[in-house]
Amino acid sequence: MTSHDASARQPSSIELGRRAVRRRQNTKSVLVAIISTVAFAFIAWLTLINTPGWAVVQRTFFSPEVAIEALPRVWDGFLLNLRVLFFAVIGVLVLSIVIATVRTLRGPVFFPLRAIAAGYTDLFRGLPLIIVLYLVGFGIPGLQAPGDERIPSAVLGTVALVLTYSAYVSEVFRAGIEAVHPSQRLAARSLGLSHGKTMRLVVLPQAVRKVTPALMNDFVAMQKDVGLISVLGAVDAVRAAQIETAQAFNFTPYVVAGLLFVLLALPMIRLTDWYTARLRAREQIGGIV
Amino acid sequence: MSETVLRLEGVHKSFGETAVLQGIDLTVSSHEVVALIGASGSGKSTLLRTINLLERLDDGQIWLRDVDITDPQIKHDAVRARIGVVFQSFNLFPHLSVLDNVTLASRHVLGVDRGAAEARGRELLSRIGLADQAKSFPDRLSGGQQQRAAIVRAIATNPELLLLDEITSALDPELVTEVLDLVRELKADGTTIIMATHEMAFARDVADRVVFLDRGIIVEEGPPSQVFGSPREARTREFLGRFTAG
Repeated sequence: MTSHDASARQPSSIELGRRAVRRRQNTKSVLVAIISTVAFAFIAWLTLINTPGWAVVQRTFFSPEVAIEALPRVWDGFLLNLRVLFFAVIGVLVLSIVIATVRTLRGPVFFPLRAIAAGYTDLFRGLPLIIVLYLVGFGIPGLQAPGDERIPSAVLGTVALVLTYSAYVSEVFRAGIEAVHPSQRLAARSLGLSHGKTMRLVVLPQAVRKVTPALMNDFVAMQKDVGLISVLGAVDAVRAAQIETAQAFNFTPYVVAGLLFVLLALPMIRLTDWYTARLRAREQIGGIV
Repeated sequence: MSETVLRLEGVHKSFGETAVLQGIDLTVSSHEVVALIGASGSGKSTLLRTINLLERLDDGQIWLRDVDITDPQIKHDAVRARIGVVFQSFNLFPHLSVLDNVTLASRHVLGVDRGAAEARGRELLSRIGLADQAKSFPDRLSGGQQQRAAIVRAIATNPELLLLDEITSALDPELVTEVLDLVRELKADGTTIIMATHEMAFARDVADRVVFLDRGIIVEEGPPSQVFGSPREARTREFLGRFTAG
């Protein structure tokens, strides 16, 4: 093999000239971007602090003393959100892969399963999450005998989240399964692999790779929706903030809880962007558009 | 005396209104190499796919050894495991290493344990000079290497019959030879092969029998010297004439 060491070659004067021009253009666009951002932020800030009620809003929403006071309780609640998120993610992954696989089954024998899976995704993609939370959170305990120990509302909230999100995520998986080229299935079946083994060994691994950015996006959405379990009375970050707000007559605890959710989501959002950009770069090797 | 591996009788297949196979009778003996030639759309690929039960027949029967594989009660996966297929577009699994591609059927269809399957896989890969690529992924290989890996994947389970569906049509001309050389080796090993091909020189050189398909029927068949040298049928002459002229 002949080696082509790109770094060993000295670029021509034409290329050096082009690079200099590109560098100047680049510096110019960065400067324009910085100046316009600072100007915009300054104008927005000026407008805000000159509104007639700004002083009151600042005191009731952005009070540092109230924030420090509320933080420990809100943080404790936030830990409950993290636990719910952990179990909900596992539940969603398992249930949605099962639903997506069932929806791709062929043959009349599987019609009832297919119909149930299709009906499930239709129903739960249409139902607002908050209604699912109420139905599960207050409906399931209603089935219990009066003396029974109550199921914790965090558990019921997790179930409601799994039900709703699995309906969405299973459609993402189904899109991924259908995006795997039929020739892959053909090759697997021609080797004698059964339908099930073809799915497990050939189709699903490729499908998951194809839909990873979309899955990560749904995960980010779920990270903040775990805050909705507060409507069932579970003392999570949102509920803790509500309690603190009621005690301090000040809305700052909500802002604190909001910041915690944003901080939780940021790494995942960045990771999703990075991964999507990497996939795009790999698919468009050499392209500049 | 060689025995019959495959026998087709009156095989019909249509896609909607288009009749693709209109009564195919064909017998293939063990260690025989049969070349299917014919224009695009003549039914070569469909014929190979019906043999491997990847398409359902509209009529007729196919026997593998003495089993009627068109019997609806037959286990399709078990039949497919006895027949190897190589496709025009390789169809290697992009998420698996070359070695995992080659050992997939042994491990998950025949139930061979990982160690034994990988030993055999590595041996096959070293035969085609890809031993040091065993852990690479298919997209790191050239087209010719991918197709040779696909052939090795198809023969890893020692199938009784190997179907090659225009396996050089998607390759750059300089890569065709390495793939055809491997087919020559397989013939020398005594593999029973049915191949659809546009490589007339290769068919002439390697095939024991050449079958010319046109519009879903076998127009003419015989030893290559006869079919290429002195074709009996006008349609065969016309088809071959287009090849030598083009």
